[in-house]
Formats: sequence, C-alpha cells, structure tokens
Amino acid sequence: MNSPAVAAPLTAQAFKSDYKPIWCPGCGDYSVLSSFTKAFAKLELRPENVAVVSGIGCSSRIPAYTTCYGFHGVHGRSLAAAAGLKLARPDLTVVVASGDGDGYSIGGNHFLHACRRNVDLTYVVMDNHVYGMTKGQPSPTTEPDWDSKLSPGGTGLRTFNPLVIALAAGANFVARAFAGDPNGTAEIIAEAMRTPGFSFVEILSPCVTFRPEQREWKQLVRPASVPSTDDAARAARRLMTDDGMNIGVLYQGERKPYQPPVGKGKKRPSDLEAEFAL
Amino acid sequence: MSTKKSMKKSVKKNASKVTKASARKTKVAAVRKGAKAPKRVVAKAARKGSPVASAADFMAHAYAMEVEAAERYAEFADSMEMHNNREVAELFRKLSRIEQRHADQILEQMGWKQSPLTSLKVRWEGMEGPETADPTELHYLMQPYHALQIALHNEKRARDFFAHLAKVTKDAGVRKGAREMEEDEAEHVRLIEAWLKRTPKPDPNWQTDQDPPVLSD
Repeated sequence: MNSPAVAAPLTAQAFKSDYKPIWCPGCGDYSVLSSFTKAFAKLELRPENVAVVSGIGCSSRIPAYTTCYGFHGVHGRSLAAAAGLKLARPDLTVVVASGDGDGYSIGGNHFLHACRRNVDLTYVVMDNHVYGMTKGQPSPTTEPDWDSKLSPGGTGLRTFNPLVIALAAGANFVARAFAGDPNGTAEIIAEAMRTPGFSFVEILSPCVTFRPEQREWKQLVRPASVPSTDDAARAARRLMTDDGMNIGVLYQGERKPYQPPVGKGKKRPSDLEAEFAL
Repeated sequence: MSTKKSMKKSVKKNASKVTKASARKTKVAAVRKGAKAPKRVVAKAARKGSPVASAADFMAHAYAMEVEAAERYAEFADSMEMHNNREVAELFRKLSRIEQRHADQILEQMGWKQSPLTSLKVRWEGMEGPETADPTELHYLMQPYHALQIALHNEKRARDFFAHLAKVTKDAGVRKGAREMEEDEAEHVRLIEAWLKRTPKPDPNWQTDQDPPVLSD
C-alpha cells in the first residue's frame, strides 16, 4: 500500500463520483460503495493514488462510482488486470471489486493463484449467492437446494467456500463483512488495505431482487466471537464450524508480498510501451 | 388539483415544518460552544452502563447520526431517480437535506470548524445509527406514503434512542441534551404522522408490474 498522503484528509464523499449507481433499490452494493469510500477517507488516501479494478457483474460497476482510477475489465479477470497494474505501478493502492459469479466461477482460477502469489492487492467480493445481472442463475455460493425457475429443485451442488479456499491458497488476510454494517465493513476494508500482500474480504451483500430472503441476513449475521489469528491452522479449524454468518477478520498473516524479480532483462512500462508503438 | 400536484405541495409544506421544528434540536444549553471534538469514542450509547462519556461526545454522536441519515436518504433519492420514481426521489432528497441541515446546525452550535467524524470512531449498538434507514425496505414502485413510513420509523427510533440515553447516562449535560433531542424527535414523529394522514394510501396492488424484472419467480 502506498503511504498516506500529506495533504488534508478528504471526506468519504470526495471519493464518490457524480455517476448515480445503477443497482436495484435495496441492493447491498450501495452500502459496499459507501464502505469503500469511507475506507479510502479513513486511510487518508487521494483518488489519484488509488485504482479500483473490477470484472463483470453488478458489483463490478463500482469503479465508475468512485473518483479513483478505474478499470472495468473482462469477466473473471479482474485479479489478473489488477496484479499487472500493481506490479507495473507499485506506488498505486489497488483494490479489486468482484462478485461471487465473477470471482468464484469464471474467475476462480485467478482467485487461487492471486492468493498464492500474494501480490499487494485488496480483493473485495460482494457475495449474494446469485448471478444478479443476468437475472438470477445460481452461482458457486448458491445453496444446493435453492429452487427457482432457472434451477428447478436446486443445483444439488456443494457450495464453494471462499474463506477456506483463500486461506488454503495462501491469502495473507482473510475476512468476512456484511453490507448492512457499512461502518464495520469500512474498517475491515481499511484493515485489509493496511495489511501488505493479498487481502481477501468477502462481503455478504444481499440481492433483494432475486434473493429477497437475504433481507433476513441482518438478523443472522453476528460479530465473530474470537479475535483474528495469525495462525492459519487455527483459522482453518474455526472455519470448520463456521456457518457463514460470522463477520470480522479471521486471519492476518505476515507473508512478504510478491515482488517481481529484478534483473538485467527487466523492462520498465515505458520500454514495453515503446515496443507496442506503431 | 391532481393527486400528484397536491402531494408535491404537501411534501414541501411538511418539509418546512420539520425543518423549523428541528432548528431547536441543537439548542443544547449544557454543551459549551467550541468544545473539542472527541478523539475516539466507542458509540455504545444506548447500552446500559456505558453511555457516551461527555456532552461533547454526545454531540459528536448526534452529528454522526444526522450525517448517516442524510447520506442514506440521498442514496435512496439517487436510487429512486435512477428507477424513474421521481416523486419518491424528491421526497427522499428533501429528507436528506433536512437531516444534513441538522448536522450543520450541530457543527455551528459546537463551534467545530470541521466534521468530528474524521477523528471519531463510531460504532453503534446496532449496525447503523438509530436514524439511518434500512435499504432493504426500498422498492422501485414505492410511493410517498411508503417513504414517509420509513421516515416515521426512523424518527421513532431516534426518539427512543435519546430517551434511553437520557435514562442511563450519569452525565447531567448528556442527560439534558438527550432530553431535548428526544423532545425534538418526538415532535418530528408527530409531524410525520400528520403528514402521513394527508398522504394518499397506496393501492393494494401498488407492487404490480406488468413487465417485472424477476424471471425466476
């Protein structure tokens, strides 16, 4: 993460663009956007020093709604783009926004290897257990018995457990937050951004249009009863009894972030740019 | 006069009433003007045995409450505008302005040059402030009546919050401030109740959409 700027701190509002979000009324992503901007303000960042990278889906609209640099990329490939950006411009703070479809299905392989590589990124996944933008298909985190016209009787498939996967694959920071708690979520995002290396934050973000029953999440979520740990084995054991509704930081490790090897053959972005010049 | 026109007139009239009533909200005599904003406060104000520490803490929390409420109503207004529900968007926009005005009045009252929120760590007893509307209550076809119901619910929560705080605090300044805030919020409740009485009730089938976005139902 780049150092906090010396200029006067900006308010969260300064990180919101003039574009009005196009999400369904009641969507949890509004609050996540608010948490992003609060976290940026809390860390005393400047919009010109932050890049928000995303893939495809409702959640991936977020870059346009901030005043930071943004890249609305290819479906499932946000992490690849973000890793490239961070390695080329280590001075930037790079935050990646994704959803459960984008991040865990088509982008699943990138997720595994981003955790393993440990590039200094903050990966925020807004999980609503459904593909909202394409009108309600089951996603990797959809419950096996979720019955709908598009999946009669449910998929019968075991759900993807993102926190377990992140931990096993080597993410340096693993947390779960809830969109209905924007202040708490902002703190978790800020903590993820402060932690060097690959930080993963799963945010339960209700889709009130296709999963109206997720309105109940606000009654179900609870702060995790134990503090975060730097012991991956202990964190893994906690996940064995996790029902998916505990919020807070689970694991905060001390792995050194990935740095590209420095050698004779190393090229600067301007060298590469020259090669591509017509 | 068409229903829409009369409703707009009613919205304007009532908005100004709420604003006037709220002007008194920040007259907390016990709080010294120019008091320093607290560095860090854990906002468990409503929890028994751990009320806010001082009158200045109290006002910082009152400020945070108003700002959160204003931001949420503005977010609702944007959302309704995007879904072409302009009447409700206008109402939420007005509610947002009213709450923001209350926040500005607190800054002025306290003589704070800048928002105390930059140094204040606010954690409410619940997940959000007692006057912040729940986003899951929105519907793209909602009507002014529904929006006012949301506002009424929030004003009642705010009133109850201050009432409880006044009851549990050991600080005389906080108690006095909380009592005054409680009275103001109670007045807002009465105004919105009166406003609701003049607002047409929605048709029972208000949610019916001939071209619904949900395919999986």
